Amino acid sequence: MATSATIHSHAPQGFIRKYIFSLDHKVIGLQYYFLALVAVFVGMLLSILMRVHMIWPTAVLPLVGEIKPETYLSLLTMHGTIMVFFVLTTAPQGGFGNYFLPIQIGAPDMAFPVLNMLSFWTTFVAFVTILAAFFVTGGAPLHGWTGYAPLSALTNSGPGEQLGADLWITSIAIFCIASLMGALNFITTTLDLRAKGMTMMRMPLTVWAWFVTAILGLLAFGVLLSAGILLLLDRNLGTSFYVPLVVVNGQVMGHRGGSALVWQHLFWFFGHPEVYIAILPGMGVASQLLSTFSRKPIFGYKAMVYAIMAIGFLGFMVWGHHMFMSGMSPYTAFAFSLMTMAIGVPSAIKTFNWLGTIHGGRVRFQTPMLYAIGFVSLFVSGGLSGPFLAQPVLDIPLHDTAFVVGHFHLIMGVAAIFGMFAGTYYWFPKMFGRMMNETWGRIHFVITLVGTYCIFMPMHYLGMAGQPRRYSQFTELAYLKHLIPLNEFMTYAAIVTVAAQLIFVINLFWSMFKGPKASDNPWESTTLEWTTATPPPHDNFGGRTPVVHHGPYEYSVPGAPRDYVMQTDPPTVASH
Amino acid sequence: MGLALLVIIWLITFVSTYFFAAKTWWLPHGASTSTPWIDHQFALTYLLMGIVFVAAQGALGLFVWQYRDRGTASKVTYSHGNTRMEVLWTALTAILFIGLNLMGSPIWASERFAPAEAGSVPVEATGMQFAWYFRYPGADGKFGRTDPKLMDPSAGNEAALGLDTADPAAKDDIVTGTMYLPVNRQVDLTLRAVDVIHSFFVPQMRFKQDAVPGLIIHMHFTPTEVGEYEIACAELCGLGHYKMHGMLHVVSQEDFDKWLATREAEKQ
Amino acid sequence: MATFSSPVSIEVPKTGQGGGGTRPPVYGGGDDGRGDGSPDYGARLRRVRLGLAIGLTSVTMIFVSLTSAYVVRRGLPTLDERTNQYVRDWIPVDLPLALLLINTALLLVSSITAELARRQITRQAALAPIRSIPGVSLGEDNGFPWLGFTVVLGSGFLAGQWMAWRELADRGFYLATSASSSFVYLLTATHAVHLAGGILVLLYAVAVSLLHKPVEERRIVVDVTAWYWHFMFLLWLYIFGLVWFIR
Repeated sequence: MATSATIHSHAPQGFIRKYIFSLDHKVIGLQYYFLALVAVFVGMLLSILMRVHMIWPTAVLPLVGEIKPETYLSLLTMHGTIMVFFVLTTAPQGGFGNYFLPIQIGAPDMAFPVLNMLSFWTTFVAFVTILAAFFVTGGAPLHGWTGYAPLSALTNSGPGEQLGADLWITSIAIFCIASLMGALNFITTTLDLRAKGMTMMRMPLTVWAWFVTAILGLLAFGVLLSAGILLLLDRNLGTSFYVPLVVVNGQVMGHRGGSALVWQHLFWFFGHPEVYIAILPGMGVASQLLSTFSRKPIFGYKAMVYAIMAIGFLGFMVWGHHMFMSGMSPYTAFAFSLMTMAIGVPSAIKTFNWLGTIHGGRVRFQTPMLYAIGFVSLFVSGGLSGPFLAQPVLDIPLHDTAFVVGHFHLIMGVAAIFGMFAGTYYWFPKMFGRMMNETWGRIHFVITLVGTYCIFMPMHYLGMAGQPRRYSQFTELAYLKHLIPLNEFMTYAAIVTVAAQLIFVINLFWSMFKGPKASDNPWESTTLEWTTATPPPHDNFGGRTPVVHHGPYEYSVPGAPRDYVMQTDPPTVASH
Repeated sequence: MGLALLVIIWLITFVSTYFFAAKTWWLPHGASTSTPWIDHQFALTYLLMGIVFVAAQGALGLFVWQYRDRGTASKVTYSHGNTRMEVLWTALTAILFIGLNLMGSPIWASERFAPAEAGSVPVEATGMQFAWYFRYPGADGKFGRTDPKLMDPSAGNEAALGLDTADPAAKDDIVTGTMYLPVNRQVDLTLRAVDVIHSFFVPQMRFKQDAVPGLIIHMHFTPTEVGEYEIACAELCGLGHYKMHGMLHVVSQEDFDKWLATREAEKQ
Repeated sequence: MATFSSPVSIEVPKTGQGGGGTRPPVYGGGDDGRGDGSPDYGARLRRVRLGLAIGLTSVTMIFVSLTSAYVVRRGLPTLDERTNQYVRDWIPVDLPLALLLINTALLLVSSITAELARRQITRQAALAPIRSIPGVSLGEDNGFPWLGFTVVLGSGFLAGQWMAWRELADRGFYLATSASSSFVYLLTATHAVHLAGGILVLLYAVAVSLLHKPVEERRIVVDVTAWYWHFMFLLWLYIFGLVWFIR
């Protein structure tokens, strides 16, 4: 285990080197975080416009005017793409991972700081590219974040499917490259830069989560890149990777022999690991916080590590469960469904272990802990609709209905976000030297928890009743009409919940300047970031190299002087 | 705060469970032979997941309150876990999940592995932006040729499918915008799509299957009750996705024959 | 807003610079590598090699997915709209074999020259501490411009690939002519893009050599570039084999 063999230099001077093209992983982490913050507000705005249109399809809105069905689909496509890529794949990994992985393993920076800086700015270029799709002729694409061909492969399949769609694909391709660069950095750093005494099995679960997430990204994003290149070729250079002979509005197109299912296979081979990329860091944060705020070691550390690894590994073997209705062989479907049920097992283990951590503990209810508890509740809710969808025969009534939308929103759209909230409140003191306001934190927590349940739990009912997804309105099918009142309730809940997020943003920025000053370790937490100054110096540990003697979650150790043992405390304090 | 959390979590759990149990919004009434099997598997999954849901949320709410920091009164049990418990609940979860899956697989097999039985009613359903067309093979029992170059959606029905009237087998094909089926007979359904992926979804038949351009997909189901059933498109296909719907009329064999005869007569 | 400057600065001595270094570089993972101030080039080399191996995994995944799409498409029948039957419509591409074999030879030689460059600088780095002993002379070691040769040969390969595409077009196989031709262009172009990237890195390595940076630092650049280059060669063998034997 080599330590700091970085050719390390003075801290940078000058505004550009310090804040714009910084090589410091802490600055880069914050850059990712604030990019994601902008993206999430764009995404939430899109979702409000969507929900309003679903209930009042003919409404003329200020600034936006009337939303036509194709515009609804563009909003939907961009909402999904921006949220999945620029929020869920950016903030937990690029944001918190970048900031805290090196510190938590005792390293002065990431393995390749220049690559780190490049990966952020590449992500930024990708973000600008996708936003540009809104402003070109035809607007943003309408083919959904999943971009199924031939809808996405034909330039005349609908408005937005010309330049808008090309920009969408290009943005995603750029994002793939940015992610691959980041993954390389994370993996090399975790393997090669751990401080003395920081064995793999003493790493915090946040680090394990970031590490396995990076491996998933490394193996999955290349496949998405390939898929996107083939799609660009089909759209612009007349190839037929995905498009068979088709007739659009009476016009025979020039394609022949392509397979729409090949897009689905390639996309979902990436797409399924992607959802684990979105949730694993949140699981890591939940584990860290539940342990810290219960004053108890995490229940079953080893099992938690193996569960993260199992989720990562199995995550590559289940992609076909998105394709049960696609025309894929039913035998293949059966195989995928077994693997999918299998991946439910490590997720269940983690949930049991979280409950086991709280059990017998001494729970403190500061805001980070509230979000960690909320994470567990939301993960249980969202996760348990999985076994329905995993069975092909039950997928028959449920596929492509609101049931699926409720399932993934509860996990990705809420639980993962709660992971980010939890991380924010927890690490804010270390990053900014001040505390966020507890009262407003609690208010935000309660409104968001109840609000998101009000929005997304009813989606399961709607799905069972047969409400298809991606419908811009429910006025055309008689059997959907009685579901409109429930949809209306959800729209109101969404408006209130999104508005409440302003509380978080105001708390965040106000506290940066006016919050009460924080000590170096306000949560009495054990991991390495809490051993260093607040905020950490340029090389993280002020010229010292930490030496680790304990595991990451040594709380309430019998015989110890305090109810927490820092990882760097002398070995004489009894522990593992 | 611990008590507040318990109340909130338990309340959310109670309200959610109530609406699930009361079936306020539920699967629509099923009218096919697969309905009892699918609904039974659904109910079983539902019950088991429901128990886990209530138990997990209940435990979460309980623990955060029960183990709240009560100052000196709280004592923490230092422990890194319990391997026996881990093994036990891992095994139970695996048995539960995999068992559920295996229980549902015979239904999947009968729905999808086996082809349509002899004597089933052949119907071809073709999806295009933004309508379904249904074709019956007529007296010769054969579907005639269609030619993409002859497709003209604005003219509707035969022209929308590009039916090649030069082909003798096509002469007696009947193309309609509504689907008629005789009750209690299996339909040998051929699914096609002309431009992008659509999906043929009849909630009350517990039937769904994507229609993919470049593929001819054979499926079957058997309606068991006379009635009118809406067909929804269940795969995003463009701006008209929300209004691309069809209608399935399940009628008696007599009425079905009469309807077909009327359609054939119209062709003359 | 928090600032990130540190009161502590760490000096970085240049070693091996024309014999004027202060002490030999520290090799092996010293636990307090920062204590004595000299960077641990050995550990850094290992780290950059590790990073390369990880990065090449993602490149491999790109080609794994392209291969999968290729194999699947080759085996998939197409629905013939006239007969409503599935027919096989895969047309094997008439590859300009001789030209491709020449290109392969060029790349093979370039891999050899890259390896020679790598070994040359490894030797130079190993001898640098001896050079720095006062009074010892090992004579001039300017080294043979193996890197330059690699750049030339690599560029030759790219030129040859361009000629191969022209030849394919002459034979009637354009990008969109058939599924098979689409894949041939796609696979070879994706490889060529990665190889062109490799040439840029080679040029950077050449520039670094000329800039009199410490030999250990130069060694890291050349070493990793050479390994990347070898991987590009093996990748080419794979792609060539794929489109030839599974055509």
